[in-house]
Amino acid sequence: MADYLEETLGLEDAVDPTVGDTEIQNYTINFGPQHPAAHGVLRMVMELDGEIIERIDPHIGLLHRGTEKLIEYKTYLQALPYFDRLDYCSPLAQEYSYVLAIEKLLDLEVPIRAQYLRVLFAELTRICNHMLNIGAHVMDVGAMTPNLWVFEIREDCLNFFERASGARMHSAYFRPGGVHQDVPLKLLTDLADWLDTFPKLFEDAMSLVTGNRIFKQRNVDIAVVSKDDAVKWGFSGPMIRGSGIAWDLRKSQPYDVYERMEFDVPVGTKGDCYDRFMVRVEEVRQSARIMRQCLNNMPEGPIASSDRKIVPPKRGEMKQSMEALIHHFKLYTEGFHVPAGEVYVATESPKGEFGVYLVSDGSNKPYRCKIRPTAFSHLQAMDFMCKGHMLPDATAILGAIDVVFGECDR
Amino acid sequence: MANSAPKIASNDGVIAMLSKSLGTMVVDSFEAYDEISLIVNRADIADALELLRSQHDYQQLVEIAGVDYPDRAERFEICYHLLSLTKNHRIRIKVSTDEDTPVPTVTHIWPVAGWLEREVYDMYGVLFAGNPDLRRILTDYGFRGHPFRKDFPLTGYVEMRYSEEQKRVVYEPVKLAQDFRNFDFMSPWEGADYILPGDEKADRGPPHVDKPKTTDSPSETGAGKKTDKAAAKHESDGSPAQEDSNAKTPAPERTKGGNAKQGAGANKPKTTKAKVSKSAAQPGTKPSARKKPAAKKPMRDKS
Repeated sequence: MADYLEETLGLEDAVDPTVGDTEIQNYTINFGPQHPAAHGVLRMVMELDGEIIERIDPHIGLLHRGTEKLIEYKTYLQALPYFDRLDYCSPLAQEYSYVLAIEKLLDLEVPIRAQYLRVLFAELTRICNHMLNIGAHVMDVGAMTPNLWVFEIREDCLNFFERASGARMHSAYFRPGGVHQDVPLKLLTDLADWLDTFPKLFEDAMSLVTGNRIFKQRNVDIAVVSKDDAVKWGFSGPMIRGSGIAWDLRKSQPYDVYERMEFDVPVGTKGDCYDRFMVRVEEVRQSARIMRQCLNNMPEGPIASSDRKIVPPKRGEMKQSMEALIHHFKLYTEGFHVPAGEVYVATESPKGEFGVYLVSDGSNKPYRCKIRPTAFSHLQAMDFMCKGHMLPDATAILGAIDVVFGECDR
Repeated sequence: MANSAPKIASNDGVIAMLSKSLGTMVVDSFEAYDEISLIVNRADIADALELLRSQHDYQQLVEIAGVDYPDRAERFEICYHLLSLTKNHRIRIKVSTDEDTPVPTVTHIWPVAGWLEREVYDMYGVLFAGNPDLRRILTDYGFRGHPFRKDFPLTGYVEMRYSEEQKRVVYEPVKLAQDFRNFDFMSPWEGADYILPGDEKADRGPPHVDKPKTTDSPSETGAGKKTDKAAAKHESDGSPAQEDSNAKTPAPERTKGGNAKQGAGANKPKTTKAKVSKSAAQPGTKPSARKKPAAKKPMRDKS
């Protein structure tokens, strides 16, 4: 009995396993593909040593729909709605890269009101996306109430999308040359009112989370990523900012009227899951700030380029003018032709750098449209981020990545 | 710049500087749409990217994109997109390869290249020498073929369903109720690069014949015998246009009501009228029904 006590106190090494005991081996489990914390269809083959993660092999592609191949068979305008369906939590942010890529190839100028509208709705998309991610992240680590509260804000966002474009999620609102249609004045005033009211609910919800002891225990010092690692692994968006690199494409490579906007880029100090979460929380406030500036400074004017070889005329005009009718018919059957060449255009989507590499051969269909998903590089880093952490930490890490499989698998 | 695409640092002098630094590794370089592309020897790609990362501050590998150009000798083009966080600049490095020749991996420079190379391998079948984990990534377990190649059909080859009888997922050849409709919008006035149907004959000239055809004599024309005189004889009996007022056969009638009216107004002889009523009395029609006004008939039929 004495030697047993010494063993338990750590004074003496335990003897070899007694006869009949089996040696403990690592074992492998499947996380997903139908796991609520997997944020979609992610299958992770985990090798565990007890409850410690030794190795993770994420298997993706379960939602692969061949979007890039499909786009090669569609005209430029027909391909646009596919981008809504990539990252279905932030549809307009995906369209943004695509329309900018087309405009770059066409060298098309966009009216200033359309640029403001696009920035306005891109930021609304960011709030909408972060509401989902913040809610899902806190729920993954055990909190229920904040999720229900922030979903109310998300619902408001979706209502605004519906009023602007007619669709709650798959808006197809950004078009090459501008936006699809103008917004009513009442929508803009309602947005301004909402920007004054929603922060109260949001701050209420965040007050439950950010200082919460359990939430901090689950997130602080989990999956610390250094600056070097963040760069090497191709991080972007809140993931690279969480690691302390102030890199925001809206700031460094401004598109549309972002250079006129005043906003701050939040960065993390440690590079753990808590930092990534807090970066997103602050981004919501900054997005609201950008939206207010958009509403204050938005001029009157056209909402799409007047180049009739690219932007179709409105229906009212079509009923009056023969030429408009011909343009309308040509643009919705044949579409417009884009000069041959290749561009890579990346914008700051809520999840990070969302890029479109568009190769045109001069016809009315893209020759190749490579989509650079944000989640690809982040998810690849799961293995090194999770190594040595406990199994339940994997859900927190995954929540802080903000992964959506429509975009990852394409 | 008129368009509102993201603005990066200036491209001035970048090509010259990078070409000088990379030396013989660079095959070609050009700037288009404010973006710089360098084409690099396939064997030197890892060295070139390492040099760009360590000496020219292109810290991030953002994307590896494959493109398929089936007409080229080396059909695949691999495009590495690099981003410099410090210089706020982007460049694109390209190499080309074919189905069999592997491209050196860059996973030792950037770990993120692992999945990006896997994706290019999965979609195009491009091999990367030295990648430690070159498995398929996006397609199904056990998938065959490389779907983003231009010669891979959009519909694919197999479809999958859950079989209730076998209690498992089964793969079957793809069957579509309607083929994918691919409209051809290339206009022959705007550079369609194929021959329009029928145009292939234009270059050939007149077809070759052994003996030129002549039509000097009637037998050479291939025409038949002349018709006999009886066929040319003019017959006018029975033709309604030439008959007089008491004709043997009346003009065909359309409706009963219409005929009754017409008969009353035209002041036709009695014999004609009798014939009209006789021919109009079709089986199942009562004589009284004939007297109804024409306008009412369709209404009765409907009810």
